[in-house]
Amino acid sequence: MDELKLYTYIAVFGTFTLYFAIAWWARAASTSDFYVAGGGVTPMQNGMAIGADWMSAASFISMAGLIAFLGYGGSVFLMGWTGGYVLLAMLLAPYMRKHGKFTVPEFISDRYYSKTARIVAVVCLILASLTYIIGQMKGVGVAFSRFLEVDYGLGLGIGMAVVWFYAVLGGMKGITYTQIAQYVVMIFAYTIPAVFISFQLTGNPIPQLGLGSTLADGSGIYLLDKLDLVVTELGFKEYTTSNMNGSLDMFAYTMSLMIGTAGLPHVIMRFFTVPSAQAARSSAGYALVFIALLYTVAPAVGAMARLNLMNTIEPTAGQHLEYEKRPQWFKDWEKTGLLEFEDKNGDGKIQYSADKTTNEMVKVDNDIMVLANPAIANLPNWVIALVAAGGLAAALSTAAGLLLAISSSISHDLMKGVLTPDMTEKSELLAGRIVMTLAILVSGYLGLHPPGFAAGTVALAFGLAAASIFPALMMGIFSKKMSGTAAVAGMCSGIGITMLYVFQHKGIMFIPGTSFLGDMAPNWFFGISPNAFGVVGAIVNFGIAFVVLQFTGPAPKYVQDLVENMRSPGGTGAISHH
Amino acid sequence: MQKKTTYWQENLRLIAICLVIWFIVSFGFGLLLVEPLNEFRLGGYKLGFWFAQQGSIYIFVALIFWYGYKMNSLDKKYQSEDES
Repeated sequence: MDELKLYTYIAVFGTFTLYFAIAWWARAASTSDFYVAGGGVTPMQNGMAIGADWMSAASFISMAGLIAFLGYGGSVFLMGWTGGYVLLAMLLAPYMRKHGKFTVPEFISDRYYSKTARIVAVVCLILASLTYIIGQMKGVGVAFSRFLEVDYGLGLGIGMAVVWFYAVLGGMKGITYTQIAQYVVMIFAYTIPAVFISFQLTGNPIPQLGLGSTLADGSGIYLLDKLDLVVTELGFKEYTTSNMNGSLDMFAYTMSLMIGTAGLPHVIMRFFTVPSAQAARSSAGYALVFIALLYTVAPAVGAMARLNLMNTIEPTAGQHLEYEKRPQWFKDWEKTGLLEFEDKNGDGKIQYSADKTTNEMVKVDNDIMVLANPAIANLPNWVIALVAAGGLAAALSTAAGLLLAISSSISHDLMKGVLTPDMTEKSELLAGRIVMTLAILVSGYLGLHPPGFAAGTVALAFGLAAASIFPALMMGIFSKKMSGTAAVAGMCSGIGITMLYVFQHKGIMFIPGTSFLGDMAPNWFFGISPNAFGVVGAIVNFGIAFVVLQFTGPAPKYVQDLVENMRSPGGTGAISHH
Repeated sequence: MQKKTTYWQENLRLIAICLVIWFIVSFGFGLLLVEPLNEFRLGGYKLGFWFAQQGSIYIFVALIFWYGYKMNSLDKKYQSEDES
């Protein structure tokens, strides 16, 4: 066994042992423990747990890679996935915490006094969470198979077993405390390589400052200017200004990600674990601090990885790397099929350019940038091992949060709330655990046999959350008169139009060949890409709800009083005596 | 009843201020005005680019804490009036 593999085993199994120990210590004894960790998590702890819950394999592995290739266009992810917390802290979290229930559909059912509304919310939630979880399961499988060189299926199985152990045993309580540990693992794994690379390139160890500094090679050129120069010479778009599908699309994309973030149930649920409305507000702040630590480093990682990659292949202009002399990481990633070289002009050297006919780097997958970055920069092996453990922590923590959102919506909302309301707390807890086990098996199966549409589904998860859940929650708090009928009409039309739009461009249920309009920019509505359509769905939701409200009359008096109570000061939680 | 309305109205005013700033730094400086702002520089960063990839996030964090701080003092103000 070589040194890198040894370190990787130590890092991965060391962190897993830690998660097991925490899970055993934080076993859940009641439904309150299971769903909301007993409601006694401090804002700082909750902020960290939200950070781990929120930052998935996509944030950890894919985002910096996307930024590396999109340049300025990648800003939509940075702003979109952080700006949503401002909306959460001001428009949703404190009032929903004040109301004091366990789940998002339960809040919707109380506010809209309707079982139909609850069921619609459960359906939206399961669709959004399940599509999201497939990506996490794939992330776990990929990380295991690349770093530990075990079979993809076996890696997935190990990941499932670990999540099963701490999520089923500890529920929200176990998940919260493991997520805190996972956050710490993840942030170290992300920032340590970035600090090294930033110091190598610019002499400034703080990546956020390094990105704005001059290069340490004595040329006195700013890093970003150098990068612009290198990429434009090869015919790529200028890094710092390259737009993505035009300004309107970037605008809509960013807005969709922001309101989608604020409407994702596994994130909202975490705000039910703190003791008060005040604590809900401050935990949103802490959460964003912990998220920003990674998100402000990501653009530095992206830009520096791109520069390092370019410099490896073409050390000085016109002088190309010989294929036979390619470094070890190049060979490793070629084996995975995520990096491909084709010697088109037969000179044995690697030419990398934007011109499709002469470009010989046929495939450079976005996802390898973060994972390969430490190796490209020649960092020590223990750093690379740490990155593997961090990627696994990111995938596992998000998967656990999503599983809890799914299982609570089934055991608490569907079974306890609608089908068998006279269930005892003990049997509800058991039901919760059984549903969680089933959810893990289903998502594991989907991870092993990813349906053809896996890649497109994240767009759908955000689209659904943005077009259905966010508007329903916001209107429930900010419009006292909003009625159940109107909200249900709004949710259904919001989801309906978003799904229609995604399907007509990406294929019905993402089956290739069924997209009757084709996924091409000229066919897009005002040039808005399917991924960015959630905001239009949300506007439709608001619009339809207010029109229906005009015809069907306002919510009853006792519901308006309920809203009045949510808006009043203080927030010790329990529903007050009205 | 009168007091609750005022608490809510003060809250709405704070939210409006915060969301205007939220919109200006991200959608305004980061997207719509990015080209004119890129004429200016912050070290090696073009200013519009900096807002899009760094600055807006820092300001989001500051906004949430400022809002939380203001709301806590509002809570105190209205709760102590209730008790007296």
